[in-house]
Amino acid sequence: MLDPDLPAAALIAEDEPLLAGHLCSELARLWPALRVVARAGDGASAVERALALAPQVLFLDIRMPGLSGIEAAEALADAWPAEAGAAPFPLIVFVTAYDQYALKAFEHAAVDYLLKPVDGERLARACERLQARLRPAAAPGPAASASSASALPASAPSALDTAIEQLRRLAAQPAGAPPAPAPRLRTIQAAAGSTIHLVPVEQVIYFEAADKYVRVVTAGREHLIRTSLRELLPQLDPERFWQVHRGTVVRADAVASAERDDAGRITLRLAGCADRLAVSRLYAQRFKAM
Amino acid sequence: MSRDLLRRWLHRFALTQAACLAVAAVFFLIERGQAPFRVEWLYSAAIGTSCWLAIEGCRAAVAAVARRLGAATAARRSVTLLWGCIVVGALAGFGAGHRLAGALLGRPPRSVYDDLPALAVSLLAAVVASFYFRADARLRDARMAEESARRIAAEHELKLLESQLEPHMLFNTLANLRVLIALDPPRAQHMLDRLVAFLRAMLGASRAGGAHPLADEFARIGDYLTLMQVRMGERLRTRLALPPELARLPVPPFVLQPLVENAIRHGLEPKVGGGRIDVEAAREGAQLVLRVRDTGVGMAAAALPPDAQPPGADAAHAHFGLAQVRERLASLHGAAASLALAPAGDGEGGMLATVRLPLPALPPAIPTTPCSTPTSPPPP
Repeated sequence: MLDPDLPAAALIAEDEPLLAGHLCSELARLWPALRVVARAGDGASAVERALALAPQVLFLDIRMPGLSGIEAAEALADAWPAEAGAAPFPLIVFVTAYDQYALKAFEHAAVDYLLKPVDGERLARACERLQARLRPAAAPGPAASASSASALPASAPSALDTAIEQLRRLAAQPAGAPPAPAPRLRTIQAAAGSTIHLVPVEQVIYFEAADKYVRVVTAGREHLIRTSLRELLPQLDPERFWQVHRGTVVRADAVASAERDDAGRITLRLAGCADRLAVSRLYAQRFKAM
Repeated sequence: MSRDLLRRWLHRFALTQAACLAVAAVFFLIERGQAPFRVEWLYSAAIGTSCWLAIEGCRAAVAAVARRLGAATAARRSVTLLWGCIVVGALAGFGAGHRLAGALLGRPPRSVYDDLPALAVSLLAAVVASFYFRADARLRDARMAEESARRIAAEHELKLLESQLEPHMLFNTLANLRVLIALDPPRAQHMLDRLVAFLRAMLGASRAGGAHPLADEFARIGDYLTLMQVRMGERLRTRLALPPELARLPVPPFVLQPLVENAIRHGLEPKVGGGRIDVEAAREGAQLVLRVRDTGVGMAAAALPPDAQPPGADAAHAHFGLAQVRERLASLHGAAASLALAPAGDGEGGMLATVRLPLPALPPAIPTTPCSTPTSPPPP
């Protein structure tokens, strides 16, 4: 049953002003104790505000300018502080107008979703589910803060871990129609002025997305190509090229070692290149000892 | 051998036999029973079948050689080669068939070329039959081509419709409409009217081929922009400029719509602060110039050739829209019309799409003056 008095804070990320306003007013009607602490119009500012305000619930529109809803959630999961005593990772509800492939992903991921236009009935049920997940966290609160820090880390990382697991599965789903099967790329063709450099793909140490370009870094030099990482990935052998971050793909045999720091963040040392690569939490499970 | 090929050969064999029978009957009647009918028939059948096999054999050999040389289609079409095959095949077949028939009847072999009338008839029959078979094959090819063209056209139309009635656009628009109904009913009604007009235009235009006035094209764009404006709010600023004297000029339908859609979907929607879209029509010399300019994110990959990267779903859609406009312009005006898409290059960012058309003739003005004044279209 939906409890209108359960206090909680929420952030809404929606670029269409009418729909954002409507969601706000519907939530106010169904769940008055839910405070909407921020309304963001794009993915990047949603991440920023969520990190600053640490709400318990996020309503993320999937298609937004700049970062999409799923990308924003990934970036948030990556940046979320995981120390003891930190706020738990928020519960996420994705909102989508029509994304038939994403819907399939949601069914598996158990991250909740809402279809636009949002109707009161469906929103009420989503809120009930949110409340069900918020309540156990709220109950042991007073006891945990009094006791040693060992009680809290047990819940915080696991909420974050679950979220990361679900987001990784979502991120792996192709956005929109599944891409047509692409032939394996053997050579990268990078233009530099009036010359085209042909770089065999085995010589590439890593690819990094930078604004509208992708940096192709080899032992000797670096090139820029206009193909996006999303378009490149299906053409690369997933056994040899690993995605370690939303914007980074590294050739597995170029990785010399992976170091974990105190906060649990993994950084890669590369063979043949002085750069270090940060590994996003979503992809950290690759680098586990055998 | 595929079933279709087998059926074709049986068909030809049957026709050949029928022809042989007919020829035998004719000879029998002409020679007034000098030889029994079955003899005539045996000769006719043997010669006819041998000729047929010889000619087909010749053609097959020629085709094999041509395929090796890479000129298969040309060889198949060449009438000269066909004549060559007929003559060679008929002569060889005649000789073989005649000898075969003679051997079967136990007659002593003699020079086949003594029987000139029979040779002449064989040649004639071979020519007629070969050209008939050729015509038959070509008819079948044409029918298959038409069949597949029709199927491709249907697929194309479906894809077109699908791409226009983009579900994301539709459901987001309906979501906004739903909110407006409670919030601002008159505005909701206005928006619903625009949506109805937009959908009607979408569904109707994909079948229509004819030109329509430029004002109609602008009206359709206006509907689309109104709907987008409700959704994007301040993130979309629009400006439409159509000089009144150009309003009635006939233009191909769907020449501006895809450009405007691309500008919004790929230029302004992804941009965090949104931007402006300007659509204007102008007369420049003997050309009608239509410009769609947006201050959006631009297309990083616009300059790359289409085969340099596999297009993602969005990029493919944009390419499809542009390709469609180019196709339409080319089919109506050939090289005289053009579509260019390039960065706007004036510091505000975004893209500029320019369509150039030869200035169409204005349809005659409806006379509003008394009948005595001659009606003539206003000078261009």
